[in-house]
Amino acid sequence: MSATPATAEVTSVAPPRERSRVVLPALLFLLLALVPLAVSFGMPAGWLALLTRALIFAIAALSLDLILGVGGLVSFGHAAFLGIGAYVTGIMITEGKSEALVILPAILVTCALFGAITGAVCLRTRGVAFIMITLAFGQMIYFLAQALSAYGGDDGLTLYEKSTLLGFNPFANRTSFYYTVLIALGGAYLLVRGLVASRFGRVLRAARENPTRVSVTGFDVTRVRLIAYVISGMLAGLSGFFLANHTEFVSPAFMSWQRSGELIFMAVLGGVGSLHGAIIGAVAYLIAEDALSHLTEHWRAIFGPLIILFVLFTRGGIVGMLRKLGSRHG
Amino acid sequence: MAEPVLVLEALSKSFGALKVTDGVSLAVAPGELHALIGPNGAGKTTLVHQISGMLTPDAGTIRFRGQDVTAFNAEKRARHGLARTFQITSTIASLSALENVALGVQAKAGHPLSFFRNAASDERLNRPARAALDAVGLSERAHVPAGSLSHGEKRALEIAMALALEPAAILLDEPLAGVGKEEGERLIGLLKSLKGRYAMLLVEHDMEAVFALADTVSVLVYGRVIASGDPAAVRADPAVREAYLGEEG
Repeated sequence: MSATPATAEVTSVAPPRERSRVVLPALLFLLLALVPLAVSFGMPAGWLALLTRALIFAIAALSLDLILGVGGLVSFGHAAFLGIGAYVTGIMITEGKSEALVILPAILVTCALFGAITGAVCLRTRGVAFIMITLAFGQMIYFLAQALSAYGGDDGLTLYEKSTLLGFNPFANRTSFYYTVLIALGGAYLLVRGLVASRFGRVLRAARENPTRVSVTGFDVTRVRLIAYVISGMLAGLSGFFLANHTEFVSPAFMSWQRSGELIFMAVLGGVGSLHGAIIGAVAYLIAEDALSHLTEHWRAIFGPLIILFVLFTRGGIVGMLRKLGSRHG
Repeated sequence: MAEPVLVLEALSKSFGALKVTDGVSLAVAPGELHALIGPNGAGKTTLVHQISGMLTPDAGTIRFRGQDVTAFNAEKRARHGLARTFQITSTIASLSALENVALGVQAKAGHPLSFFRNAASDERLNRPARAALDAVGLSERAHVPAGSLSHGEKRALEIAMALALEPAAILLDEPLAGVGKEEGERLIGLLKSLKGRYAMLLVEHDMEAVFALADTVSVLVYGRVIASGDPAAVRADPAVREAYLGEEG
């Protein structure tokens, strides 16, 4: 909200910021769609697996951005939903139910229930207390998974089969796996974007800035936030489904608080609140992690400070940086 | 006199040992502009917070449109048609002026939380919102983010946001606070244009404005109403002069 001269704003119909919100995401998805093509033209095949994993995390980071960036709620337990999605997938495949159209509804219902119950408690608090309670619920699920001795307990659960979709095997082949995740991500992105622009999203955005004003206008702020929290959790559960199929392994580490922290990093790295920023952030995070871990085994010692420097010096993350570049050059 | 819209009966509130609201009773009739004045620390804003549901009184009742709303929270009172503005301007800075007002229209609409239709281009929300902006003289500034408006414009925007709720009563907490002379005069003109159409409870420091606008004036000192009546009588009241008017000139 810079103090631009008022007269310039009166007549502007589509401010440049609006334009960048169409061009950048479109470009991003186009690039992502071309990745398998690049691989067939000589890009190392390892990239496809890496980017598939990145897009899976992008779904989770995007879902987090709905409550974190749009709603202003810093959840430090978001990996719990990812883990629930992965565990429901793992358990159901182990029990011989590998059809995605059976697994996905089970994931969505479980995540919605978990989100509704924990959200109703968490959202009674604000600020640091909210962070701590979401963290506590996340750890609760983590320890619950450790105690699941029938499904691997602490050691995790190896999957000997992948999910099918209507009898087809979209996850059998690297390229079709990639495109399946990309389509899911695109769908999730459009859904969240639509939500943010809707009446519901407007109330959610307004409540991030000024909850008091929103409640004296007649809205139940807690209810609106709870709905966002549940939707966000369901989407994160979806990413857990893909993650379980991708790693062919499920373990309690999927829902550790470190994983929740990574999701926050991804959203912040990309630029919170912009939605496509979360996708860019997830991709950048996983590529950086991969590149640095090839460099040295102490890569975390480099990665940590890098992230801190980046967050300190680029307000608005990667998207904010691109926006600044864009406005400088035209 | 017609049945009052807003009635306070023996409202009391303490913060620890400090009685900030001490048995306050007052009534606002439909279309009446009731001004509440008093020195700093008299408990005016605390009283407005209790009426709007942001604070719960320790004792007493608040009746609004014939209904006891004492137990209602702020959002429920707003849905019943009680709108308010704040002493410290309270808008959504990143949303445009139009969107700020549309938020109020939306609260009043049949589907306040629909999930998929784009809200920004929804004429069912924008048309009434533009009308409210027009009423406060901000139609030219509809697409400016609220945070970039001038202070006086923000105050007017808050009033437009209240109007969007189609309220039965509006609580105005120092709408002229911090506003320059020129913008202040415009705001007084705006309040005059609304007079008679809404029941209004106006908390204000600017005595000139209060005596120009109010039908009834109540004086709050240390949480108690020490005088209430038509402006001329209140102005002449010796207790009021001593407690308040005298010291401010």
